[in-house]
Amino acid sequence: MATDNRIHFWRRNPKVPGSLQPVYGAQHPPLDPRRHRLLKDAPKVSSVNTKSKKPSTFHEFARSTNDAWDIDDEEDDSVFSLKQLSSSPVQSQYMPQTPRLKIIKTPEDTEPLPPSLDRQEPISTNPSQERLDIERGPANGRVVKSSSDAQLNVNAARNTLQKQQSLPVRPIIPLVARISDQNASGAPLMMVREKTRLDKFKQLLASPNTDLEELRKHSWSGIPREVRPVTWRLLSGYLPANRERRDLVLQRKREEYFGFIEQYYHSRTDENHRDTYRQIHIDIPRTNPLIPLFQQPLVQEVFERILFIWAIRHPASGYVQGINDLVTPFFVVFLSEFVEEDVENFEMASLPLDTQRNIEADSFWCMSKLLDGIQDNYTFAQPGIQIKVKALEELVSRIDEDVHVHFQKCEVEYLQFAFRWMNNLLMRELPLRCTIRLWDTYQAESEGFSHFHLYVCSAFLIKWRKEILSMVDFQSLLMLLQNLPTIHWGNEEVGLLLAEAYRLKYMFADAPSHYKR
Amino acid sequence: VNMGTDLAYNFVFKVVLIGESGVGKSNLLSRFTKNEFNHDSRTTIGVEFSTRSIQVDSITIKAQIWDTAGLERYRAITSAYYRGAVGALLVYDITKHLTYENVERWLKELYHHADPHIVVMLVGNKSDLANVRTVPTEEARDFAEAKGLLFMETSALESTNVESAFLEVLTAIHKKVASKEVTRGSISAVTLGPSSEFNEEKRSCCNSS
Repeated sequence: MATDNRIHFWRRNPKVPGSLQPVYGAQHPPLDPRRHRLLKDAPKVSSVNTKSKKPSTFHEFARSTNDAWDIDDEEDDSVFSLKQLSSSPVQSQYMPQTPRLKIIKTPEDTEPLPPSLDRQEPISTNPSQERLDIERGPANGRVVKSSSDAQLNVNAARNTLQKQQSLPVRPIIPLVARISDQNASGAPLMMVREKTRLDKFKQLLASPNTDLEELRKHSWSGIPREVRPVTWRLLSGYLPANRERRDLVLQRKREEYFGFIEQYYHSRTDENHRDTYRQIHIDIPRTNPLIPLFQQPLVQEVFERILFIWAIRHPASGYVQGINDLVTPFFVVFLSEFVEEDVENFEMASLPLDTQRNIEADSFWCMSKLLDGIQDNYTFAQPGIQIKVKALEELVSRIDEDVHVHFQKCEVEYLQFAFRWMNNLLMRELPLRCTIRLWDTYQAESEGFSHFHLYVCSAFLIKWRKEILSMVDFQSLLMLLQNLPTIHWGNEEVGLLLAEAYRLKYMFADAPSHYKR
Repeated sequence: VNMGTDLAYNFVFKVVLIGESGVGKSNLLSRFTKNEFNHDSRTTIGVEFSTRSIQVDSITIKAQIWDTAGLERYRAITSAYYRGAVGALLVYDITKHLTYENVERWLKELYHHADPHIVVMLVGNKSDLANVRTVPTEEARDFAEAKGLLFMETSALESTNVESAFLEVLTAIHKKVASKEVTRGSISAVTLGPSSEFNEEKRSCCNSS
């Protein structure tokens, strides 16, 4: 269990307030491919992670990630202070910070900007610029030419969003994303961009030693469906970066899980495990009741095994309602590798038994890794959740005083609605396809499920500020908060949410290395 | 019974649904407040919440009903939700004797966290499955009487007695309030609505922390 799991919230050495005003990356226009290539050829900044050893275990991966973040954080400060603002077009492209990346801010920032493309100075990476472009933005392919256009662009994007929302007929979006419908709007240019991204992923994945840092960077703004199964396995640390080792590791981990089934599963009728099993057994049918896939007995048994084995191997928490939801995205993503059409209507029994078992084992292990980072959410008294909800309250009180005061006036406690947000990682507030997209970013971030999730919750809450402020009493406010209208949400909305969360994190968070496990 | 409008009410009574996981609390709530039964309901996480207004003796009462998760693990969080409750429906499943056996434990927790004057009804749900009943009606009724609890068997699925159960509880609460059987301080959840002069009481009603 985390010994120092207090979320260090506030920056140790905060920059001058108001000095950072990045444009919401998700509203940016698509990257001009010609400029794109320029960036790709630019040499990396030398201060970038000097570790040559590729992490081969999950913990090594997490450690190396944390350290890398540290280095760059300090590096950025000095870089920013040296560079000048310029009115060159590229500055209006927003690049969110990652361990490897320099932020390019809009000219509206008072902070000086790092090098632009035009000047051919080293920039650490390239297509991560696209990161937030993909999900949103007018499909015109134009790179914004002037600083004032950046602001106009934001407004244009907002108008587009509004227009979309007032379209007479929205496409029927399945609960689980397919490649063709991840976005409600599908302009042809979007498809070209998607193909470029997919190629980039394939290139990264083809390497004998996957560059995990690169992979995370690209994954941040969404992983193409086709490569999501392998990318998720890599990002979670389940699959080793070294291609040669993969088959062996997979085989070993899968065998280990099958061994657990042999070893533990029969004990579900034992007196000391009966309650656990019983609870799991009545919860599974209530997990994804509207998706046919999860009504199949075969699938329900998979979930029961995964959850039961996890629970008895983690007696500090055991099984807690909410954990059942966390299996679903892994299961669906790993299953999607073998499914052309709707995953949600797929007949599990049509898969070879080996494949079924492998999907189950991989889901177990990846879910375990996820839970490792948030286990104190589920131990007695659920301290992790209490801390996070408190942190959410603190953050909201700083970023939106109106909303915070309104809650106080109506006597709504954050715990009353945000408990579920933390316990189920927003899965109860979003359609499953959005959760899957969200987890692309969570797995790209370090401590995404515990740390970044907080900012996503904040951004999510503030997004509804108009509706919140329009509710004048306790009842109506709480009922709004427990039934937020996200049923039609897709990649675009999630992209906006993530951009805002990123902005909040950058403005308020301390370096994640202080958040130790 | 009329469905009072949301605009004007004289009282707000906070009522909590408690009991083991899977006994049907959520569907009792949806049946009463929305006249819905959902075969596809998901597990309740934390606390969920709904309201309905009713008329009792020409008084409009807004029932503020809290649905809690039944799992042991959540009790540390949900205990906060008992505060301010003036009524409770302690629900078990008549086809699962174990859920009835745990009623004592729930009562203990309830009295530990809630107002001592709280009105409690023992509810045996899923009466539509009486053919596979494992808890005899009389046994439960006797138990309730011995403990000073109201009692009813209901079926959220068939909508049997759900209305009656809530009405009986709300009426009993109102009676306690009206008879001034308790001092203002002890039933802290009682409040007077927007048209009232006693505005300071309203604050404590909405305080559900």
